[in-house]
Amino acid sequence: MNDMSALARVFAGLSLLTVGGGMAAYPELKVQIVDVHRWLTLPQLDYLYGMGQVAPGPNMMMIVSIGSLKAGVYGALIAFLAFFGPTAILALIVGRLWKRFQGRPWIVAMQQAFAPVSIGLLLAGCLTFAKGAVTGWVTALIAATVFAILLRSRINPAFLILAGALVGALAFGPR
Amino acid sequence: MAFARPAPVLVVSRAEASSLRQHVGVGQIFAAFFIVGATSFGGGIVGYLRSSLVAKHGWVDDATFVELLGISQTLPGLNATNMAVLVGNRLRGTLGAVAALIGVCLPGAVLMAVVGVVYQIERDRRLVEAALKGVGAAAAGLLLVTTLQLGRKSLSRIDDVVFLLITVLCVNQLHLSVPRVLIVVGTAAVVWYGWGHAALRR
Repeated sequence: MNDMSALARVFAGLSLLTVGGGMAAYPELKVQIVDVHRWLTLPQLDYLYGMGQVAPGPNMMMIVSIGSLKAGVYGALIAFLAFFGPTAILALIVGRLWKRFQGRPWIVAMQQAFAPVSIGLLLAGCLTFAKGAVTGWVTALIAATVFAILLRSRINPAFLILAGALVGALAFGPR
Repeated sequence: MAFARPAPVLVVSRAEASSLRQHVGVGQIFAAFFIVGATSFGGGIVGYLRSSLVAKHGWVDDATFVELLGISQTLPGLNATNMAVLVGNRLRGTLGAVAALIGVCLPGAVLMAVVGVVYQIERDRRLVEAALKGVGAAAAGLLLVTTLQLGRKSLSRIDDVVFLLITVLCVNQLHLSVPRVLIVVGTAAVVWYGWGHAALRR
């Protein structure tokens, strides 16, 4: 029972730190999980984090793993609800208010301001991501090919990502 | 005052009806987000969301997508889950938001719950890491396309491009945190565009 309330408390607190993406909460996540509560060792956390990056869907799903390690299915459920519940409710409320006040001058100004700033944040994240991912001519070729194909077609990106995995395994894998 | 209460509800429902040219069922919303949740390997889920919601289904246009993305980035919470809630709510109210949120989270959550149970399993690290290098590179291509497509539709003026460049510089060169950039550049942009409107009306 104590495990459950601790899980709920820790993950609800962490969820409020995720302004601008899940990575923003990672330093505090490490402190809470590894140092304060000692639910995982650092290598265990790193491994789960790596798995979470590979898994499809929103990142930070590894919090579900931590919940299930700690307290089984209910632990997983508690971790999920605590981490995603509060922010989802906040988004719902803001989404409704936003719609209600549509057309007001300050909302119009914010709409215009959002376009360059949020695309700028996307581009900045994209450049940082690409710097880590594109390390040689093979990875550059993969990125450029995916870019060129997606520019022209509406194919589900998942196929191209899986093709990238295959090329990566062939090019960099053990022989 | 009491009988004046229902008025806002009427306004909201009329606004929603006019923005929704098509009727999208809760099941359809769940299915679309479930597919994104199950196939969005390699990060860059915003790219998958645009590919599904804008390109494939046409439920929102690029301008609305960027607007909701801006709200998602400003609020706490992951961009992907905030987008699910906001788009689901636009399409079918609270029920749509819940369907979208569960749909986008369910595949990854189930997978990661299982990973949590069996995480000690031995694996061939070298092969996985090699495949991940390819995944990362492909995801970089996807993210770049998404950024370009959203920018092409939403940025039409010089001042748009200036604010975009300032944002990128603040994050990548000055290494400011995202909340700080949102507060500083976001506020400056709101004041700039708001003042532009006021000036036009005068």
